[in-house]
Amino acid sequence: MSWFQFATRHRAGIASIVVLVFPHIMPFTALAVNILIYGLYALGFNLVYGYLGLLSFGHAALFGTGAYLCGIAVVHFALPWYLAIAIGVLGGLLMAAMIGVLAIRTRGIYFAMVTMALSQCVYYLFYQAVDWTGGENGLRGINVRAVNILGVKLDFIDPLTRYYVIAAFVIAAFFLLSRILASPFGAVIEAVRENETRAKASGYDVTATRLITFVLSGGFCGLAGALQALHLSIVPIEIMHYDTSGIVVMIALLGGMGTFFGPMIGAAAFLMLENLVAVWTVHWQLIVGAVFMICVLFFPAGIWGTLISRGKR
Amino acid sequence: MAGLSINLIALQLFTGLALGAIYVLFAIGLSLIFGMLTVVNFAHGAFYMIGAYAGVYIFMLGGDFWICLILVPLAVGLFGLAVERVLIRPLYGRGIDYPLLLTFGLSYVMVELIRIAFGKTGFPFDTPENLQGAVNIGVGYFPLYRLFVIGATAAVLLALWLFLEKTSFGLIIRAGARDPQIVRVLGVDVARVWLIVFGVGTAIAGLAGLLAAPLQGVIPEMGSTILAEAFVVTVVGGMGSIGGAVLAGLLVGVVVSMTSLFAPEMGKVSIFALMALVLIVRPQGFFGRAGLMS
Amino acid sequence: MKQTRSGSMTRRRLLATVSARAALAVSPFRINLLQAQEANIKIGFPVPLTGPYGTEAQDQVRAAQLAVAQFNDAGGLNGRKAELVVRDDKLNPGEAATRTLELVEKEKVNFVVGSLSAAVQLAINNVTKERGIIFNSISQSDAINEAADFSRFTFHEALNPHLTSGAVGRYAFSKFGKRVAFLTSDYAYGHEMVRGFLEVGKAFNIENLGDIRHPLGTSDFSTLLPRIQALKPDILCISNFGRDQQIVLKQATDFGIKQTTQIIAPLLSHASRVAAGPQAFEGVIGGCSFYWGIEDKFASTKAFNEAFKKMYDGKLPTDYGALGYGGVRTILAAVTNAGSVDTDKVIAAMEALKYDFYKGPQYYRKCDHQSVQSVLVIKSNSKDLRNSSDVFEVIGTDEPNETNLRTCSELGHKA
Repeated sequence: MSWFQFATRHRAGIASIVVLVFPHIMPFTALAVNILIYGLYALGFNLVYGYLGLLSFGHAALFGTGAYLCGIAVVHFALPWYLAIAIGVLGGLLMAAMIGVLAIRTRGIYFAMVTMALSQCVYYLFYQAVDWTGGENGLRGINVRAVNILGVKLDFIDPLTRYYVIAAFVIAAFFLLSRILASPFGAVIEAVRENETRAKASGYDVTATRLITFVLSGGFCGLAGALQALHLSIVPIEIMHYDTSGIVVMIALLGGMGTFFGPMIGAAAFLMLENLVAVWTVHWQLIVGAVFMICVLFFPAGIWGTLISRGKR
Repeated sequence: MAGLSINLIALQLFTGLALGAIYVLFAIGLSLIFGMLTVVNFAHGAFYMIGAYAGVYIFMLGGDFWICLILVPLAVGLFGLAVERVLIRPLYGRGIDYPLLLTFGLSYVMVELIRIAFGKTGFPFDTPENLQGAVNIGVGYFPLYRLFVIGATAAVLLALWLFLEKTSFGLIIRAGARDPQIVRVLGVDVARVWLIVFGVGTAIAGLAGLLAAPLQGVIPEMGSTILAEAFVVTVVGGMGSIGGAVLAGLLVGVVVSMTSLFAPEMGKVSIFALMALVLIVRPQGFFGRAGLMS
Repeated sequence: MKQTRSGSMTRRRLLATVSARAALAVSPFRINLLQAQEANIKIGFPVPLTGPYGTEAQDQVRAAQLAVAQFNDAGGLNGRKAELVVRDDKLNPGEAATRTLELVEKEKVNFVVGSLSAAVQLAINNVTKERGIIFNSISQSDAINEAADFSRFTFHEALNPHLTSGAVGRYAFSKFGKRVAFLTSDYAYGHEMVRGFLEVGKAFNIENLGDIRHPLGTSDFSTLLPRIQALKPDILCISNFGRDQQIVLKQATDFGIKQTTQIIAPLLSHASRVAAGPQAFEGVIGGCSFYWGIEDKFASTKAFNEAFKKMYDGKLPTDYGALGYGGVRTILAAVTNAGSVDTDKVIAAMEALKYDFYKGPQYYRKCDHQSVQSVLVIKSNSKDLRNSSDVFEVIGTDEPNETNLRTCSELGHKA
């Protein structure tokens, strides 16, 4: 058995082990947490981009809604942290359903543009709801000092504890996505991407499949957003900006779209690159832009995608 | 609020059309490149910014605005040719995502290079002397320079129309957009056609940047705002349709202007709301071909 | 097959290295090592080195480095040196929060000074106050004084919008007329400025012709200006910042608004004036916290200018740069006075501080830790410039006075 087959068979397990060791090899723990969260965000995005084949430029709205609803639950309703996370996920699902219903009819570049336009409208909505979201100043005061898990009280201010609590959610999401992709529904998703007409002829409801996948994606992104809100204890309005939608495209592409580990590896590569270069020079955008161009030109399958094709050979 | 009058509304309408002219000028290059090459050029804003900086540089060397009007599009167009030849050509046939993402990275690089070369602060750019001041247009006073921009946009549109409709090269371009396969079979070097289209598109972006410089000054980030707005224009007009870009550009200008009169804080979001509305009702935009890029 | 095996060997070795490092990271040894030698006093300094305010941020860093160098040259804290740990917050509150976590959790900084936007300073403040770290903010915000965001670890060396607009309003409303129109960037900073202007305007019986709000990051104001002209105001009050301000002043000039109307802005920044040029800023009146030209009036300003020039090849400090200096210098002065970096002792020393470090006398008000200080009213210079930094003329000064601030109870602080 080659390493590749081994890795594929135990993909969720391997990912979990890496996630556990991860904070000790990163420059600082908050970066490791950000990588997990952006990896999860990209994982949700990749469900639509990589597996369904639709390029969305509006995922910031899903990520942001999760973050804001989780934050609002803590700040304005003083709900416990786990309920706040649940509300964030629900928010991501609902927002995805609303955007999805409007956008799902369009294709290709138009889908990208409709999702971008709708997410800009969502941005504006949250921007104007100052009493709830803090507007441009951002939502502050999502201060969760301790979390209770099965009667054990954990200090959420401690960086490593915070990391492992968040990592537990990310790992759970990994297993869930792995199950979904391995299920019959996962096969339908890929069938729709590969050949819409044939999938339709085989009796599958293409539009419904697209919509459900988009909504599922919203759930994962909403979870990522909720965790981000708890991690940083603030939600900045920038989370809804289309830059946040663009970053996730970069991450998915860098890691390898349509692959299981690609998004997480892309998030690690992107954020670490940005972190390293930003400490070294203020001209980090030059390096990041150049690396990105090189990836597009020479490694179109992304880091993980390239490794996979080597592994299969 | 007080102060609303028929004159003001008329002036506001005119202001909207003038603003639309700038959108049009920026968006036709974008639309041209997309229509012919199916490349969504995310670096278009960076080319626009480079145009403004080329103007600043020519001023430093002692040139004036009128020399810039000729040299800037040439210089930016030549740069565009190089970009197409070296960076974009290898990506043809790989789907629309890759050129889009490549130009996205390219825009980062271009903006940062300009920051390194010219600094982060930006430069003031004075309105050319004989175009300063405001003139009475019947319903109120309007800056002369903005009238000049409208005229320049009209001139570029006319030249582009003549080039595409009345020259044999234009004929090849139009044919190449419709069916590159057939054109290639007929013995036409399609690669060269695409090269030139990209050059022309970026040259117009450079010119737009130069014309915008006296309106708002010059900074490295100036291309990013207009890029988002121009995407709206091209999408509402129908990707790849030049006529659509013109109509949608003017419409977006008027929508912004009228929103500014009644709900000014919504000026920016009105553009996106318009786009969402148009696309939900008519997914291919005003003049876009249905099914393109699906 | 052979390849695979050698591959797994390397992986095993890698894993061994990784776990060794992990063990080291959690071992009590390392902590002992750190405590054995007395570490530098670390001041975290998150500012937006990249992005539109990169120039201002660079000035902040320069001036803060000067404050650190002066502290170290004077012997530090009984020989213990200070050190500035600079991070790029990219003008993004999320990035700022992440960087602050890095500064606190990994760099173990003793204090944090920095920020160049309201949203960023509130984000940093939320992280530091949770962890009991003193944060001295050096950019404008009204919210940071209010009870909801304030904590006893929070200090505000910069002006706040209420103070700034009050000073400019008091100057302008008595001179240029009563009919006032507002053009405001639609976010907290803009709204706070307008609130301040209207508050001070009551005393002058100004007539509010309307507040037109534009989206943050507007690149064309042509659609808003005709309507403002139709209102025929005596004074147009433009509350926005940076690029928005540069563009609107330029376009207002083109539309001929200045011929009939006096334009005032709460804050005129040095870098904006340089970027937009003299034509756009001609005749505009506004406020600022510091201008190098007040060196004729204050010995501290003279000393600061000279030290800055000496360190940076004759360059003069700017408004935002001076704030970087003030923010770091006050903390280090408090450390000296307290004789310790202990948080509670430093807070007490900060509260007791009466200082004149670069712009005349200042002190931190007890209830909200807002620095009570002067506001300069300035006008753009276009002729007879003495040097490349000679861009403003000081035409008025609002002397430091607690009554110009909102009261402690207004801010929600219990007496």
